Amino acid sequence: MIDQQYFDNLITTATAALTGDEVLLAAAHSEATDFTRFNNAQVRQAGSITQTSVDLDLIEGQRHTQASVQLSGDASADSTRIANVLDRLREQRALVPADPHLVINTEPTSTHQVGENNLPDRNDTLAAIVDRAGGRDLVGIYTAGAVATAFANSLGQRNWFETSTFNFDWTFYLQADKAVKSSYAGFEWQADAFDRKVADATVKLEALGRDSIDLPRGDYAAYLTPAALDEVVGLLSWNSFGAQAQQTSQSALLHMLNGTGELDASVRLSEDTANGVAPNFQEQGFMRPDEVVLIDEGKMADALVSPRSSVEFDMAPNGAAGDESPRSLAVAGGDIDADDALGQLGTGLYIGNLWYSNFSDRPACRVTGMTRFATFWVEGGEIVAPVNVLRFDDTVYNMLGSQLKGLTSEPEFIFDNATYGERSSASRRLPGALLEAMRFTL
Amino acid sequence: MATVITTNSADTLAARFSNALPAGIDEATLRVIDEESEWLSVSRGTVDPVHSSFDSGAMITVWADGGTGIAATSDLSESGLRIALSEAKYWAEITATRAIAVAAPGLEHSGSYSSPLEQSWESVGLSDRIDLLQQVESQLNISDLIVDRSASLGRRKVRSLLLSSHGGEIEQTFNFVYPMLAATASSGNDAQTRTYGRGSFCGQGGVEVMDRFGFRDAAPAIAAEAIALLEAPNCPTGTMDILVAPDQMILQIHESIGHPLELDRILGDERNFAGTSFVTADMFGSFQYGSELLNVTFDPTVDGQLASYAFDDDGTPATRQHLIKDGVLLRPLGSAASQKRAGIEGVANSRACSWNRPPIDRMANLNVEPGDSSIDELIGDIENGVFLHTNNSWSIDDSRNKFQFSCELGRVIRNGELAEIVRNPSYRGISRNFWRNLSGVGNNDTFAVMGTPNCGKGELNQVIGTGHAAPVCRFSNIEVFGADQ
Repeated sequence: MIDQQYFDNLITTATAALTGDEVLLAAAHSEATDFTRFNNAQVRQAGSITQTSVDLDLIEGQRHTQASVQLSGDASADSTRIANVLDRLREQRALVPADPHLVINTEPTSTHQVGENNLPDRNDTLAAIVDRAGGRDLVGIYTAGAVATAFANSLGQRNWFETSTFNFDWTFYLQADKAVKSSYAGFEWQADAFDRKVADATVKLEALGRDSIDLPRGDYAAYLTPAALDEVVGLLSWNSFGAQAQQTSQSALLHMLNGTGELDASVRLSEDTANGVAPNFQEQGFMRPDEVVLIDEGKMADALVSPRSSVEFDMAPNGAAGDESPRSLAVAGGDIDADDALGQLGTGLYIGNLWYSNFSDRPACRVTGMTRFATFWVEGGEIVAPVNVLRFDDTVYNMLGSQLKGLTSEPEFIFDNATYGERSSASRRLPGALLEAMRFTL
Repeated sequence: MATVITTNSADTLAARFSNALPAGIDEATLRVIDEESEWLSVSRGTVDPVHSSFDSGAMITVWADGGTGIAATSDLSESGLRIALSEAKYWAEITATRAIAVAAPGLEHSGSYSSPLEQSWESVGLSDRIDLLQQVESQLNISDLIVDRSASLGRRKVRSLLLSSHGGEIEQTFNFVYPMLAATASSGNDAQTRTYGRGSFCGQGGVEVMDRFGFRDAAPAIAAEAIALLEAPNCPTGTMDILVAPDQMILQIHESIGHPLELDRILGDERNFAGTSFVTADMFGSFQYGSELLNVTFDPTVDGQLASYAFDDDGTPATRQHLIKDGVLLRPLGSAASQKRAGIEGVANSRACSWNRPPIDRMANLNVEPGDSSIDELIGDIENGVFLHTNNSWSIDDSRNKFQFSCELGRVIRNGELAEIVRNPSYRGISRNFWRNLSGVGNNDTFAVMGTPNCGKGELNQVIGTGHAAPVCRFSNIEVFGADQ
């Protein structure tokens, strides 16, 4: 992967070749990733990936065009590639109309943040994972390495954000679809912390050995672990909190926006950049504030507003990326002690994970999805039996509104394990949620 | 237009690869991807920034000592390939004693493929492409009730070169075009979106892909239907017959036939993420997957379909195969490596989304073959049902059993005739039961060739295009409902 000096040099060279009143914006993603994929505690695929892509936006007045280019790591070749891209963008710019929604950051702020690289030796980690699997059926993926996100422009702004993290996302399988999902992610591998994760998963795996039951359709009290709540909140993150979605009535929170729906007063959601692991600048060099409150006391608060939306909808920008999705979403904790969650549930469902959720009626914020992995029937606050997969279909206004009994007090930090194209730097912080009733339909 | 990344010739890359090969390996392959793309869109009357992309890189795979190692690099110089080969060899060696054994492919053959192309993308200038989009997008603006509208065109040109240390050389060039239209109408607390096949009217080829489903003239009807849906009654609830249009059939095929037949899922590779399958290895050859009307092919030979090719990304020659014939399950979507692990014959479906992700078992073109019923016959036999158009929501369990899908638009069928449109049409079921309730299959006149541009799977995560073709199909005794349940 590249370092900040390499990126700076490329943009400085490109800036020197700009013509007229051109302004250049450049955002980079660079990573050096090791990955090992496991099935049945054996290695299925393993290797490494080195890649660096740069997004360029060449502007003159209100006309601009954009391109992404992969760098090779050779300074001369990469400088030529960027010059070639700028030539292409110049040719295209002459053919496009002015962009009324273009806005650039007029308050350049340069930042530099490089986290220590305390990652373990890859061979040691591989050995530890196979060893701790202990003959169990383990399936999952381990990724590790440095990831850098950067911004630079021809006006002199420079931002570099680099972290070195690992993320081991795995499942112990008992049989068929009876399994326990776990994850261990962070900056420094600690054997005792991993051992605790394995021990916790092992206890749940033993409980899955009991005879499983089929539940008929109906409404059941439920405890959603933070991982399960993450699936619901993650769906909302997709096109519900952004200004464009809200201004064009496509947000799933339409009822809340219209004042005809609300969540429980204990629900508070925010884009909590200060306590996340994503960079505090977005791809056009706008800085992200420490926090943007999205839902407060169960009611709509602010939207995530990208620079383009700020012009189109006449709103103040707040550092949102072009997709206006949160990168560091936080759900505030409540007053239920997590250790007492099953006791307060009494009789109902303990849901370890939800899966494949989607809107079954977007304007009503009705969501359907499946239970997955460790889901148990609970009686008297004690786990009785694993439950075969169930389909839920219920509104968020019920789940986090009229049927919400409470949230656990200590939100759990969840690193995003997505690796579409590149390793994600997003994260979420969520508590568990205790529901008086949740609707299951199949 | 200036060239951004100079493409290396096959001979140049072969020489570098050969010079950089380390000693002590069984085989190594080099898979190079060069990709250029362009994305154009007009939203709510404004031309969005034109975005182009230029990507180039290689994945090296080394088989040594019983292990397999991978290294992906964007440095295609000889020194860059040497470093990547060394890295891949290292991974093969340190995982060898802990790995699921995957034999080296022994790739010695050569071949090539190019997408069919009637009119090149470049033959229409950028200004004309933007003008077309502006014109089409403006036709969506028919009422103040339309609160969002967009028209877009995507184009990708991908060159794939696969070289083996055993002498194999396969070069394939793909041209993809992705047209899209969307209009959202809103009033009060409701919003209804209608699209141009929700992205499924894509394919291989040039400018002509736009005309396969009438992109230039589609906008007015899309906008009008979005508004009509606002005023339409909710979809009725009950157990009834459904007629499924091709732009919903492709989702039904994809989720409840395609994914469960992926052999890597059956072998357990995907259980931590994409999921497992209700299908087990012993079912092939005997399991009644659907009614005897159901015939499903893996067919990478269809001209212009999204996932047509001559070789998969391991170099296996691709041929048409029946996966399900007369309702009986015959073979999985399993690549050469998975076939060896499972001892089952499969297809050539080892595919990667780009140079930086390893190939895994994938759908390619997965098609339901046409039957012999006319559309009038299919409708005429329904006393009480709904005709379902264009997917807009999908959810299915990790074994691919319990599904629930929703569509953009439904149309009631009453006493054998089409009646009023309805909003929020949804249905749910269990895969095998659903396909066994297939009671009518449309003829060639109802058949459409489409694709799903964004199928997510794999760890590391990958998004890839899959092709699907289908006729209109009828299913009996299906649980149907609308928005209020």
